Amino acid sequence: MAEESRNPAGSAGGPAGPGAAEPQTTLEGRVWTFGRDIDTDLIIAARYLTMKEPEELAEHLMEDQDPEFPRKVQPGDILVAQENFGCGSSREHAPIAIKGAGVQAVIAKSFARIFYRNAFNTGLPILVSGEAADRIREGDRIRADLAEGTIENLTRNESYQAEPLPEFMRNLVSAGGLLPYLKTREHR
Amino acid sequence: MGMTITEKILARAAGRESVEPGDLIMARVDFCLGNDITAPVAIDEFEKAGFERVFDAERIALIPDHFTPCKDIKTAMLVKQMREFARRHGIVHYYDVGRVGVEHVLLPELGLVGPGDVVIGADSHTCTYGALGAFATGVGSTDLAGAMATGEVWFRVPASLRFVFEGELEPYVGGKDLILHTIGEIGVDGALYRAMEFTGPVIETLSMDNRQTMANMAIEAGAKNGIIAPDAITREYVEGRFRREPRYYESDADAAYESEYRWRGEDIPLLVAKPHLPSNVARADELANTQIDQVVIGSCTNGRIEDLRAAAEVLRGQKVARDVRCIVIPATQAIYQQAMDEGLVDVFLAAEAVFSAPTCGPCLGGHMGVLAEGERAVSTTNRNFVGRMGHVKSEVYLAGPYVAAASAVAGHVATPDQIQSRRAA
Repeated sequence: MAEESRNPAGSAGGPAGPGAAEPQTTLEGRVWTFGRDIDTDLIIAARYLTMKEPEELAEHLMEDQDPEFPRKVQPGDILVAQENFGCGSSREHAPIAIKGAGVQAVIAKSFARIFYRNAFNTGLPILVSGEAADRIREGDRIRADLAEGTIENLTRNESYQAEPLPEFMRNLVSAGGLLPYLKTREHR
Repeated sequence: MGMTITEKILARAAGRESVEPGDLIMARVDFCLGNDITAPVAIDEFEKAGFERVFDAERIALIPDHFTPCKDIKTAMLVKQMREFARRHGIVHYYDVGRVGVEHVLLPELGLVGPGDVVIGADSHTCTYGALGAFATGVGSTDLAGAMATGEVWFRVPASLRFVFEGELEPYVGGKDLILHTIGEIGVDGALYRAMEFTGPVIETLSMDNRQTMANMAIEAGAKNGIIAPDAITREYVEGRFRREPRYYESDADAAYESEYRWRGEDIPLLVAKPHLPSNVARADELANTQIDQVVIGSCTNGRIEDLRAAAEVLRGQKVARDVRCIVIPATQAIYQQAMDEGLVDVFLAAEAVFSAPTCGPCLGGHMGVLAEGERAVSTTNRNFVGRMGHVKSEVYLAGPYVAAASAVAGHVATPDQIQSRRAA
C-alpha cells in the first residue's frame, strides 16, 4: 500500500479544509537513508512526549539514532528506509516530528501499521517501494510523483515504482484528510 | 468459506454479512480511549476540525497514566487539558490520581471493554483486550479524534495468522514466555498488518491475566490485533464485571488463515528478549554473566495480580541484590489493594524492593526509574528499543515476573531454579 498527497507544507497537523491549495503531488529532495525496524522511540524519544508542537519535536528528530541529525536534516529532505519503519508506539508525535523538520516524504520497503495510519492522517506523504529502498543511497536527489507512485533518482538516473494507493484512501485524501472526511459523513 | 473471529467482529461492526482480508470498511466503535500522551493531540485535532460534541460520553475513556502522578509542569498541563475536555463533554470514564491505573489493565478490570467489542485506543498496546475476545487495536491521535466525534473508524480487514500451542507449560513459564517465543520465531514484523489468533490446549488453560500479557504484545510482532476466542475462563472473568452485553464469537472450522504455527508448551523455556528488539529472544538460564542494575515489575504487560504473586513467590524470604534497584508497580489501585490484602507488599518491602503507585512511568523512560548511561535493566514491560527506559546507552532485557524477580535477587539475569539451587549450595 502506498501514500497520500496532501500538501506537506500544510500547517501543523491541521487538515486542509475545502478551498485549500491543490495538493502538491510532485516532490523533489535530498535523501537520508535508514535501516530496518526504525522504531518510534528512535524517531522521537519518549522523554520528549511532554511536547506536542512540531517545531519543538523536530529539534529531537532521530536523536537517539544520530544526535546530529536534527541539525543535518533540512527542509525538503526525504527519508528512505528499509522494512517496518515506525514500529512500536502509536505516538503521532513521530510523523509530527518528521513533518516539523520539513521532511517532505518517507519512502520505505514497508511501514508499521499505526505509523502508516498516522502519516496518512496527519498529511505526511509516504510511499512503499522495495526497489527504491534498495537502490537509493544517502545524499541522492530524488523526485517522487505521489499521484502516479513513481520515483525518479536524479543522481543515478534510475526510476522506481511505488505501490498504488487504494481507492478508499484516495477518497480520504480528496476530502482533505481523515477528519474532514468524517465530517462530511456526519452531515449525511 | 467461513470467517475468523476477527472477521466476524469486523463484519458485525461494519453492518455487513461478511468481510474478507483486504476489505476497507468503516466500523462502529464500541469503545475508544486515549492517554496523557495521545489524548491531548487528539483533543487539539478534534477542536481544530470544528467538532462540537462527542459521539457517546459513556464510550470514551481518557486515562492519564503515562506520567501519573504528573512528573513535571508540561505533563501537568497535558493532563489539565484532558481533565478540562472531559468535564466539558461529560466524559464518564476519566480517571485521575487515586483512581487511575495503567489503561490496558484498568479498562478490562472496570468492565468497560469485553467480548465482541471493537475497541480503538490511541496507544499501541490497546491490542491487550483481544484476550477477552474483542477486536482491539492501537491507532494514533487523529484516529481517536475521529472516533470520539463520530464513533466510526476505518479499517483494512487483516488476514489472520493462527498460533496453536499444544501440550503443557513447564513450571514458571507463562504468557510472557509464550509471546516472546512467538515474536522470536516470526520477528518484529512477522505479523505486520495481520491478526494473531492464539489457540490450543495451552491457551485453553491459561489464566486471563496471562492471556492479556500475550495479546498485549501482539503489536511487537507488527500485528493489528491479537485475539483469543472466549471460553469458560473468559465468561468467568466477564460475568458480573462487563457493563454491556457480551457477544461471544469464535472462528469457523473452515475459516481461512494465511499461515499456521504450531509449538509445544514443553519446548518453551523461560525466556528474555535481549536489547534492542523484542524478537532478540534467548533462554533466561544462559545469561548468568549479564549483570544488572535495575528490575522493573509492572506495566500493561505484567502489572496484574498474578504477576505480583509470581514476583512475591520468588522474593519471599530473599533480598534484592545489593547493587540492584527493584521497582514493583501494581497496574491499578484495585491490584494495589489486593497485593496489600494478600501480604505481597510486605514481601516486597522485606526484600528491599520499592512498591509504587500505579503508573506507566519507567516502561517508556518517563519517570519512577529512568536508566543512566551504561545501565542495564530486566523489566516485565514490552519494549527494549534503544533508549526506551532512559539513556541512549542503557539496555533493557524483557522478561516475565519470575525471571525478573529471580534476577533482582541474583544481580544478573536468572531463573527461580537458579537462585534456589544457589541458596541450597
